[in-house]
Amino acid sequence: MMTIKETFPVTAGDMTCAGDVSARIKRQMKQVGVPAAVMRRVSVGTYEAEINLVIHSLGGQIDYEMTEEKITIRVVDNGPGIPDLKKAMTEGWSTASNEVRNMGFGAGMGLPNMKRNADEFQIESTVGVGTDITMVFNI
Amino acid sequence: MDAATLYHSVRLEQDKCKGCTNCLKRCPTEAIRIRNNRATIIRQNCIDCGECVRVCQNHAKVAVTDPVSVIDKFEYKIALPAPALYAQFPQIHNAAQIIAALYKMGFDDVFEVARAAEVVTYAISRTLINEDRPRPVISSACPAVLRLIQQKYPSLLDNVIDIVSPMEAAARIGKEEFAKKHGVPIEKIGAFFISPCAAKYSVVKNPIGMEKSNVDGVIAIRDIFTQLQSLAKGEMTPLDIERASTVGIRWAIPTGESEAVGMRHTLCVDGIENVKHALEQIEDSRFDRLDFVELLACTNGCLGGPLTVENGFVAKSRINAILRHTVDKQIQKTEIFDKAHQKFRMTEEVEPNEALQLTGTMAERLEKAARIEEIEASLPGLDCGSCGSPSCRALAMDIVNGYAHEMNCIFKLNERISTLAGEMVALGASTRFSVGGNREEPNEKLDNHAGK
Ligand SMILES: Nc1ncnc2c1ncn2[C@@H]1O[C@H](COP(=O)(O)OP(=O)(O)O)[C@@H](O)[C@H]1O
Ligand code: SF4
Ligand SMILES: [Mg+2]
Repeated sequence: MMTIKETFPVTAGDMTCAGDVSARIKRQMKQVGVPAAVMRRVSVGTYEAEINLVIHSLGGQIDYEMTEEKITIRVVDNGPGIPDLKKAMTEGWSTASNEVRNMGFGAGMGLPNMKRNADEFQIESTVGVGTDITMVFNI
Repeated sequence: MDAATLYHSVRLEQDKCKGCTNCLKRCPTEAIRIRNNRATIIRQNCIDCGECVRVCQNHAKVAVTDPVSVIDKFEYKIALPAPALYAQFPQIHNAAQIIAALYKMGFDDVFEVARAAEVVTYAISRTLINEDRPRPVISSACPAVLRLIQQKYPSLLDNVIDIVSPMEAAARIGKEEFAKKHGVPIEKIGAFFISPCAAKYSVVKNPIGMEKSNVDGVIAIRDIFTQLQSLAKGEMTPLDIERASTVGIRWAIPTGESEAVGMRHTLCVDGIENVKHALEQIEDSRFDRLDFVELLACTNGCLGGPLTVENGFVAKSRINAILRHTVDKQIQKTEIFDKAHQKFRMTEEVEPNEALQLTGTMAERLEKAARIEEIEASLPGLDCGSCGSPSCRALAMDIVNGYAHEMNCIFKLNERISTLAGEMVALGASTRFSVGGNREEPNEKLDNHAGK
C-alpha cells in the first residue's frame, strides 16, 4: 500500500517554530485531498501535540504517516514524562508557567482535545524517560 | 461552475511582460508561472484579487471591465455606485454631488450600493439570530476572498454567510423599484456597478451562490473618474432619491460591515496575505471566541480596490468627512427589510474549487505527494523564482504534474552542466585529443600502450 512517511524534529522552548510541523502536514493533506473534516481534526491534534513538545518536553519528534485509509501521528519526546496521566488528561489541568500562559497557551485543553479529535488515541509516559503519544485518524 | 471556464478580469498583455518575477512571487494562490520569458496565468487558480495588477511595473497585468458604452444596451440605466466611489474626489465631501454627477452622465436613476448594504446587514443579523451557524460566520461580500476560500480553505465554506453581496442586492432592489415607479418592464432596465473591484467583474460574469447576476455591467471607477469630477463641479439640482445612511457607507471602510452586523465578537482583516493567515487560524480553530469575520482582499478594503483612482489611505481618511455629510439615521425598516433574509439568500451552493489538489485515485495522489516531497528536498530551497514557478515546492508540484522539468531550476542545471563538463574533461583526458592538453607533452598512457 502506498504510504507517505515523514519525521519532524521539534526543539524544546522554541516558540518561533511552534506550529510549523502541523502547518506542513496540513498543507500536504490539502494537496492530497484528505476530506476537510478529517484534515481539521488532524491539524488540531498535531498542533496541540507540537505545542506540548515545545512548552512541556525536553524536545522530541513527530512521525507522520498517511495511507489510503488513515493518518497516524506519533509524538515521542525525551522527557521529563508526565507523573499523573489521569490529571494531565483532565480538561483545564495544566502545569504551564505564567510566562507560557501569557503567550496564550496552557489552557489545559491540549491532551483532551487530542483524544477528542483522534479516532484512536494512546498515551504512555514514564517519568525520567519521556512521553509517547499515538493518534490515528481514519480517512 | 467549472473553474477552468471561469471568466476573469485580470489578464496579461503579453508584449508588455518582461518575464520578471514580481507578480510570480506576489500571487496569493500561486496562479502565475513564467514560461518562455513571459508570465502566464493559470486560470483555474486566479481569484482576480488584482495583486499582480498592482505590483507589475511594466503594466503588463491589466484588469478588464466593461466600457462605459455598455449602458447603451439598455433603454433605462441605473447606476449602482460602490461607496468607495465617494472617497475618490479631492475636495468633494458631499456624496450627493457625485450622485448628481451620475445623473448628469446619463443614468436614469442611481441606487446606492451602500443602501443595499443596509438591507444586507439586516438580512445577515436576522439570519444569525434565527439560525445556528458554524462560528465564526464569514462575510460573503468580497468575491476575491470567496474564491480564495473555495480554493484553499474549502472546509470553511459552511461558515460563509449565504446572503448575496450588497452589489447584487442593489441591482435587484434598484431595478424593482424603478420598474414599479415608472411602470416599465424589468428587462428594459440595466443596472451598472461603478466598481473599485476587478473581482466584482468576474463574479458578475460567473456568479457565486446564484445562477445569474442581476448586474448588467461593471464599470471601473478609474474609467469614469474624470468625467464625474467635472460634472460634480457644476450646478446641482437637489436629489429626489432615498439616500444611504452612515451605516451603509461605512461598509466601504474595513470594520464597516462587522460593526453594522452587530455581533459580539468580530474581527476584520484586510489585505490578501493577512486574510490567508486569518483563514488558516480559523481552520485550525485557534480563535477562542469569534462570531463574525469580515475579510477583505484589498488593503483598506474596497477603498484600496485595484480599479480606484485615489490611494487607499487617502481615501480612507476622506471617508470620515463624507460621513459627516451623511445622515446618521436608524435603518428605516421598509418592507424590503422585512423579507430581506429570505429574498437575498443565495440560491446555489458555493462549491469547493479543487484546482490546487492533486488528481487521480487516493493511491495515485499519495504517490504524487511523496514524489513532490522528494523532489522538493532535492531542490535548493531558495524560492528564487528563476525556474518560472513561484517556489521550489511549486516547481516540484509542476514537475510531478508534468508542467515543468527539473532542469528548469538553474541550480540543478548548473550542477548538471558541471557534471557534464567534468565528464567531458575526463573523457578528453582519456583520449589523445585531450581538451586543452599540451600536444608536445608525452602522453604516458598512450606511450605505454604504444611501447608495449
Ligand atoms: N510532552 C509532555 N511532556 C511533559 N508533560 C506534558 C507533556 N504534554 C503534556 N504534559 C503535561 O500535561 C499537562 C496538560 O497538557 P495539556 O492538556 O496539553 O494542557 P496545557 O498544555 O495547556 O498545559 C501539561 O500542563 C503538562 O503538565
Ligand atoms: S476588498 Fe473590495 S475591492 Fe478588494 S477584492 Fe474585495 S470586494 Fe473587491
Ligand atoms: Mg497543551
